[in-house]
Amino acid sequence: MQKQAIFQSKLLPYALVAPQLAIVLIFFYWPAAQAVIQSFLLQDAFGLSTSFVWFENYLELFKDPAYFAAIIRTFAFSFAIAVSSLSFALLLAVMADRPLRGSTLYRTLLIWPYAVAPPVVGVLWVFMLHPSLGVLSRYLRAMGVDWNPLLDGDQAAALIILAAAWKQISYNFLFFLAGLQSIPKSVIEAAAIDGARPMRRFRTVIFPLLSPTIFFLLVINIVYAFFDTFGIIDTMTRGGPGKATETLVYKVYTDGLLGGNLGSSAAQSVILMVIVVVLTGIQFRFVERKVTY
Amino acid sequence: MVEEEGFQRYLAHAILWIGIAIVAFPVYLAIVASTQDNAVIANGQMSLLPGGHFLETYYQTLFVGTSGSTREPVLNMMLNSLVMALLIAVGKIAISIISAYAIVYFRFPFRMAIFWIIFITLMLPVEVRIYPTYKIVADLHLLDSYAGLSLPLIASATATLLFRQFFMTVPDELLEASRIDGAGPFRFFWDTLLPLSRTNMAALFVILFILGWNQYLWPLLITTRDDMQTIQVGIRKMITTTDALTEWPVVMATALLAMLPPVFVVVVMQKLFVRGLVETEK
Repeated sequence: MQKQAIFQSKLLPYALVAPQLAIVLIFFYWPAAQAVIQSFLLQDAFGLSTSFVWFENYLELFKDPAYFAAIIRTFAFSFAIAVSSLSFALLLAVMADRPLRGSTLYRTLLIWPYAVAPPVVGVLWVFMLHPSLGVLSRYLRAMGVDWNPLLDGDQAAALIILAAAWKQISYNFLFFLAGLQSIPKSVIEAAAIDGARPMRRFRTVIFPLLSPTIFFLLVINIVYAFFDTFGIIDTMTRGGPGKATETLVYKVYTDGLLGGNLGSSAAQSVILMVIVVVLTGIQFRFVERKVTY
Repeated sequence: MVEEEGFQRYLAHAILWIGIAIVAFPVYLAIVASTQDNAVIANGQMSLLPGGHFLETYYQTLFVGTSGSTREPVLNMMLNSLVMALLIAVGKIAISIISAYAIVYFRFPFRMAIFWIIFITLMLPVEVRIYPTYKIVADLHLLDSYAGLSLPLIASATATLLFRQFFMTVPDELLEASRIDGAGPFRFFWDTLLPLSRTNMAALFVILFILGWNQYLWPLLITTRDDMQTIQVGIRKMITTTDALTEWPVVMATALLAMLPPVFVVVVMQKLFVRGLVETEK
């Protein structure tokens, strides 16, 4: 698609794209290219000489059980965060979609957590469930749970998942509500006239019509869990205890901070780039086709 | 109208209120904690009702900071965050709208190549290029500066796409009319296109401001001086690993101050926020 009415100028359009192009080339492509090049190089222990090693850095990574564990952990976290947040948000959206009194108030009261930054989410949750002073920890201990996420890796993981899912409820709720409101009322009424009770209407009519939204949100939630949980993890557990809450992004960060292996750190970045490309690709394919149902 | 039984309606209200309670509880706790005495909190004896230290805590937080690790007033951190968020939001909108204008209203060699170069940055979030970008910013001597905080985040494929899409829907007659009036590319942009884009810009601004204010990883890496840190970074430094030293009322007050501006924007400009959110994701 192109405009018919246009301006004639040789230099002006270049001047107009120049600022964005400059930033993109200096701060996006140049570092990305650096990461790719670096990932094929190996530096000796003193940083004196570098040699081209093909895919050795990548092979080393995949042979490293710690990296493999981080991959599995990141996918498990993403799945848990997406499923818990999506199902809770869907329940709320279905309730809010009814013609209730105060429905705009409900919406306002449910969407604000979108604006809370991940590190703040981490701080709020770590305080609430802190082993020695957390308010909820008292009740957990009273119920006989030996609650100590500072020592117990599984509990720390659960804490991260809960906090991350909490933040994402508002986003999912908004998109589910929009999806539900776009379903024609006549379809639902037709099902009701045919004698379908609410639960059955939801299962056989609403849920299938909502499938494009669900799929879209699934991808968005996975991207969120991969990248935006960094701030939550950094304030809550810093990847610990042990490495129980270290995701791929967090690992790139800590490995880089320690400063050791540049090639390995670069290879990790490149693997993350590939993951983003795949996820964005899926997302755009979906936007084009709108998923058939 | 589909039947709506009384019981079901009550159930819907109840579930929504439970949802709101779950969403709000951690924040309620923060409000309560920020008004209580640190010694009581540290003992695990925190009450679920507000205490009497409100003024004291917020005065200390805003103007003094914690007495331990970072003695930096939170007000200063908030100013840093504000400058960064505004630079990111305004910068992204400004450079995106003029690139979109060039791509839609001009024909020039490499037009589509440039479009794709901008578009592909969608797949290069800061998380995947952390250290190489850090090195470039360090080489340019931009560490601990507002330019370093904002410039590497300022390109925006989504904003460019959005403006491009919007410009495509602007009728050609408008351009022809203003050309008859003798307007050149600058006049047309300023007098016609910009006023038409106002709502789009506002919706985009709301989203970008929130994203900018909430940046964490990047400021964490490139700010070393206490007086340059943003509030999101400052709050993490307040939680010391030796728990005994963490001043929880101040930490909670800082958490609340950190969420105040973006939450305010979402609640007050809800229509624009929802619009911006839906449009930027497509």
